[in-house]
Amino acid sequence: MIPVSWYLILSAVLFVLGVAGFLIKRNVITVFMSIELMLNAVNLSFVAFGYMLGDYNAHIFVFFVMVVAAAEAAVGLAIIMLMYHNRKSLNVDDIELLKF
Amino acid sequence: MSYLDQTLHLFPETVLAVAGTLIMVLSPTVKNARWLGRIALFALVLALFGSHVSYHHGEYMGSAFDGLVTNDAFAILFRQLFIIVAALAVLSSFDYLKREGIETGEYYALILFSVVGQGLMACSTDLVMIFIGLEISSISTYILTGYRRHDARGIEAALKYFLLGSFATGFLLYGIALVYGATGSTNLAAIRAAIPQANGPLVAMGAALMFVGMAFKVSGAPFQVWTPDVYQGAPTPVTAFMSAAPKAAAFAMFLRVFLTGLTPAAGYFWLLWGCAVLSMFVGNLGALMQSNIKRMLAYSSIAHAGYVLAAFTTRSAMGGAAAIFYLAVYSVTNVGAFLVVAHLAGKDESTVAISDYRGLGKRHPVLAACFTIFLLSLLGVPLTGGFFGKFYIVTSAVAAGLPGLAIITMINSAIGAYYYLRVVVTMYMEDAESPAATPAVPASGTLVLIFTVIGVFALGVFPTMVLEWASQAADILK
Repeated sequence: MIPVSWYLILSAVLFVLGVAGFLIKRNVITVFMSIELMLNAVNLSFVAFGYMLGDYNAHIFVFFVMVVAAAEAAVGLAIIMLMYHNRKSLNVDDIELLKF
Repeated sequence: MSYLDQTLHLFPETVLAVAGTLIMVLSPTVKNARWLGRIALFALVLALFGSHVSYHHGEYMGSAFDGLVTNDAFAILFRQLFIIVAALAVLSSFDYLKREGIETGEYYALILFSVVGQGLMACSTDLVMIFIGLEISSISTYILTGYRRHDARGIEAALKYFLLGSFATGFLLYGIALVYGATGSTNLAAIRAAIPQANGPLVAMGAALMFVGMAFKVSGAPFQVWTPDVYQGAPTPVTAFMSAAPKAAAFAMFLRVFLTGLTPAAGYFWLLWGCAVLSMFVGNLGALMQSNIKRMLAYSSIAHAGYVLAAFTTRSAMGGAAAIFYLAVYSVTNVGAFLVVAHLAGKDESTVAISDYRGLGKRHPVLAACFTIFLLSLLGVPLTGGFFGKFYIVTSAVAAGLPGLAIITMINSAIGAYYYLRVVVTMYMEDAESPAATPAVPASGTLVLIFTVIGVFALGVFPTMVLEWASQAADILK
């Protein structure tokens, strides 16, 4: 039997990988994927905690998070499309019109 | 309680969601999008009226849906604030959208959906609902930010807002997961009760992660980097809307989660203190160096978030009331200021530099006078709402035994005077070489100006009305 803490550690590792990807990667799509990785890492935490506590509310919450992630993906990809049309580039370093 | 009774606890959200959907359905068939805007206005007025009635009759107050939402004075105050801000934004969008050639029904629907999310954020007493409300509000606002979709700046603002906003959401969500894991519940009251027996480090880590997510949403430093870019790139009426409503909603959730849910985990005092002080300095010093009026107001809004956070830092009922009162004043004033900017922005927002305001006092005395009133209120001059807002914050900080914070707040107000008054001087004392055309203010814009100016003075001369309500709301949090 795998202890719950292993799942929590895996989830923390995935979350940190997501954060690192967000900060390091230069392609907008990859950056966006990193955000999805963060959300899914949190989902894993929820499921593990729910299992540990014997509480099914956590499983419902995971579905809500999935719905939100789907909505975010729809809007986000549309915005990325528009950016590509405008700039012919997906590199975050090219986003530089607005700055101090 | 029947299902209908429970739904009536969320009357404003229900009305706005139905109206928003109706607008989306009608939008392909209705040629003149202005009518859809009028439907949106009607729905907002109905929602405002409904929440007013429920407050004074008390029948649909209290919690519903198994404690997921609570309709109390706190929720109603914030909700009415969002609705008023949205109505003012819709009214002033008529003229702006026509000028930019982007007047479609979805715009109004998105504003309504955004208010639905904010209303849920203000009345939820469960982390799950708060998260969903936040996302409804945020996703609508992401789209609104990029509404001028042929404008490269607008798209860039939308992309930045979207990426950084979702990033912050990830932190908030992880925080929620850890707090849930430590306390076994997502209900704020249950969390509060469970914290003394809970795993301390897990709660502290969860609280810290939630703090990061929320500080981002209220644009508190050091998580404020997105604010100037997004406020500059978004269509100006949207900037007016989002500098007030989503920000106030984020503060509502911030106050509710940290004062009601996590109070026993008091270790976050220095986090709040640092965030407040840093926001004030970053906002005010940043605003000093701006030449674009929208960017300047964006930095000033970071500073204002700092003032509210300063009131929040006291973690007293008095500080809570001061924070809520300040948010009300700030929202009305900032919406007014941005709406003047929206009117003067010109096609494709070509005249938004501070230098474009030269000689406005001569070209359009009324508009210049209104703008001056808003700037003075943001600065906190007596007789305007901003004065009492700052006064209560400083008093609550002193009463809570934090004189250092009170002094820092006052020093920052003084820094603020420089850049607010610089705009006033530009308007009245300098002459434009080649003045831009100053369009006449349409009827809808006049209505907005009258309402906001009266609001600023009403809050400055009779602050007790709103302050009593705010104190009542802040007492609920304890």
